[in-house]
Amino acid sequence: MSKTTETVRKTLRKRYRAERRFRAYGIASIAVGILAVVVLFTDIISKGLPAFTEAYIQVEVVYDADTLGVAVPASEEELMSANYRGVVRQSLYALFPEVDGRREKRALGDLVSSGAEYWMRDRLIENPSLINKSETVWLLADDTVDLFIKADDEQREGSRLNDRQREWVQTLEDDDRVEMRFNASLFTHGDSREPEQAGLWGAVAGSFFTMLVTLGLSFPIGVAAAVYLEEFAPKNRLTDFIEVNINNLAAVPSIIFGLLGLAIFIGLFGLPRSVPLVGGMVLTLMTLPTIIISARAAIKAVPPSIREAALGLGASRMQMVTHHVLPLAMPGMLTGAIIGMAQALGETAPLLMIGMVAFIVDIPGGPVSPATVLPVQIYLWADSPESSFVALTSAAIMVLLGFLIMMNTIAVVLRKRLERRW
Amino acid sequence: METAPKINNTAQQASTPPHVAKEKVKMTENQIDYPDKTVGLPLVDDAKMSMRDVCVYYADKQAIYDVNLDVGKNEVIALIGPSGCGKSTFLRSLNRMNDTIDICRVQGSLKLEGEDIYDPKLDVVELRARVGMVFQKPNPFPKSIYDNVAYGPRLHGLANKRYDLDEIVETSLRKAGLWNEVKDRLHQPGTGLSGGQQQRLCIARTIAVSPEVVLMDEPCSALDPIATAKIEELIDELSSQYTIAIVTHSMQQAARVSHRTAYFHLGRLIEVNDTRKVFTSPDHQLTEAYITGRFG
Repeated sequence: MSKTTETVRKTLRKRYRAERRFRAYGIASIAVGILAVVVLFTDIISKGLPAFTEAYIQVEVVYDADTLGVAVPASEEELMSANYRGVVRQSLYALFPEVDGRREKRALGDLVSSGAEYWMRDRLIENPSLINKSETVWLLADDTVDLFIKADDEQREGSRLNDRQREWVQTLEDDDRVEMRFNASLFTHGDSREPEQAGLWGAVAGSFFTMLVTLGLSFPIGVAAAVYLEEFAPKNRLTDFIEVNINNLAAVPSIIFGLLGLAIFIGLFGLPRSVPLVGGMVLTLMTLPTIIISARAAIKAVPPSIREAALGLGASRMQMVTHHVLPLAMPGMLTGAIIGMAQALGETAPLLMIGMVAFIVDIPGGPVSPATVLPVQIYLWADSPESSFVALTSAAIMVLLGFLIMMNTIAVVLRKRLERRW
Repeated sequence: METAPKINNTAQQASTPPHVAKEKVKMTENQIDYPDKTVGLPLVDDAKMSMRDVCVYYADKQAIYDVNLDVGKNEVIALIGPSGCGKSTFLRSLNRMNDTIDICRVQGSLKLEGEDIYDPKLDVVELRARVGMVFQKPNPFPKSIYDNVAYGPRLHGLANKRYDLDEIVETSLRKAGLWNEVKDRLHQPGTGLSGGQQQRLCIARTIAVSPEVVLMDEPCSALDPIATAKIEELIDELSSQYTIAIVTHSMQQAARVSHRTAYFHLGRLIEVNDTRKVFTSPDHQLTEAYITGRFG
């Protein structure tokens, strides 16, 4: 063996070791990342899953006209303001005839959510013939009952129900009068102070309108800016300055955009507070740099030979851009836009500044009706004192993550689908 | 280009070692005064395009010095010269492709049938429809073969009916010698063709708008010899209808396809002569040095 070979062999072993070490670093960092994601997801899912079901209590109700305080037949106006609480309580007293005294009766009545009264109102308005009849129905339980049923023995110790109430719930459970059902109100209702009635739909609709405004503003503006800067603008100090500033904007803390929106859009232009229109405009400011930067990269990636070919055939610059550059750059620009949108969907801070943090029960009907958005809803629920909101917060996070994963998947699929190979 | 063909080769030159050859070039360059005027016959009577005192600058750097050259009707003129001598720059100034480069400036008079190409009133779109260009690297659009050829006619509104367009596409592809190979797959992407086919597609695309002059910037440098032969054949056929200016690094190619040859050196047009004369007995010693492969 020659000396060179010997030396080479020695260094070779060292080199292989270094390579293995390097690969191990990579695997380790990926493992850390995956571990973080797994921990996050298990925590959120385990906390959030219970919120997707809620407890119902089976009772026999008698729609007694006297208790309701309505005439027979009842007008719709009367039904709107009838005494449903009385009917609900009567049905509970019927289950526990031994309950006596104002305080006890009240404690018993608290087992059922106030949402049951609204449900009963809607039912009677739809079927007025039920008055003075009785039926067996499932009524939505109060969130404290719901929590108690979902909890294990240890957790039940800390329940907010008093001893009597615990006995009653136990009895109801033993009689099979308690059932867990899918929490549909989570996806149909707006926000509420009562956890068992609180829903995400208002926030989802608010997010939808906000994203609509953001996309409608930021995509055309971003693409136009990118096309101009890339294809038409002269290269001089001014355009360099603009480029530096666009890159800078991408790093500005988002709350500053919120302050700007508050001062300009609401203060100066007099637009209403708490509406998706202003939210969308603020998020547009925040998303624009992302879209411009990615659109410019996509335009730059179109080979110059294609531009030359078009120009050489007598296309004007505008025709070159619209016929060739834009279609070829579109997948990249769309991907950038979707990633920008995903960012905007998860943004909270600037929206707090423009009043989208208000407690809004109604489902927003358009971009100018007051609304809140998903991440702000999460913030609001995380801030609520009722312990049932813990599960709801996690459930809302799951919904938000679901939307984000969906958007990012669309971005990946789009890129794969529309990508051209040269 | 480094392995340039040695047409006037002698046994002595062939056996000269490379480093000696380099020495020789240096000496040649030091000894030679650039001619005040281009030697040979740069001007013709029946000129399609005539360029006078053309200077091209990239910012402050001058790339072309006072070039006077005529391109005759239905002529194939080859522009040869070492890398960076300005032949591509000159070619691209003939249909104002240099406009796309911000720092590029063109001076002098360039005329296409007596009309000033750089007249601000002249529409560059019209100019490029009359003076087409084929590029070094085949650059079909990522569209179907049909759409590639139809792009120019559509752009300029040359065909109003589908039938007319079909005909233009077919004739252009036929002229480019590609019809038989692609007639059954006109609607497949042009990027799926082989390199040589792509380049012929680009030629078909260029002639689809019936230009008067076709500029070719090293059209065969990315192709194999067989594809090159096909393109050269094509150039020969096209010369009956079009005026062609071709930049090439292959001197055999210049010798095979062109009627006249122009030799550029460091931005100056040194010699223009009948191709045969350039390759047998050039008037200028720089030309001779280049074609015998002593540098470049």
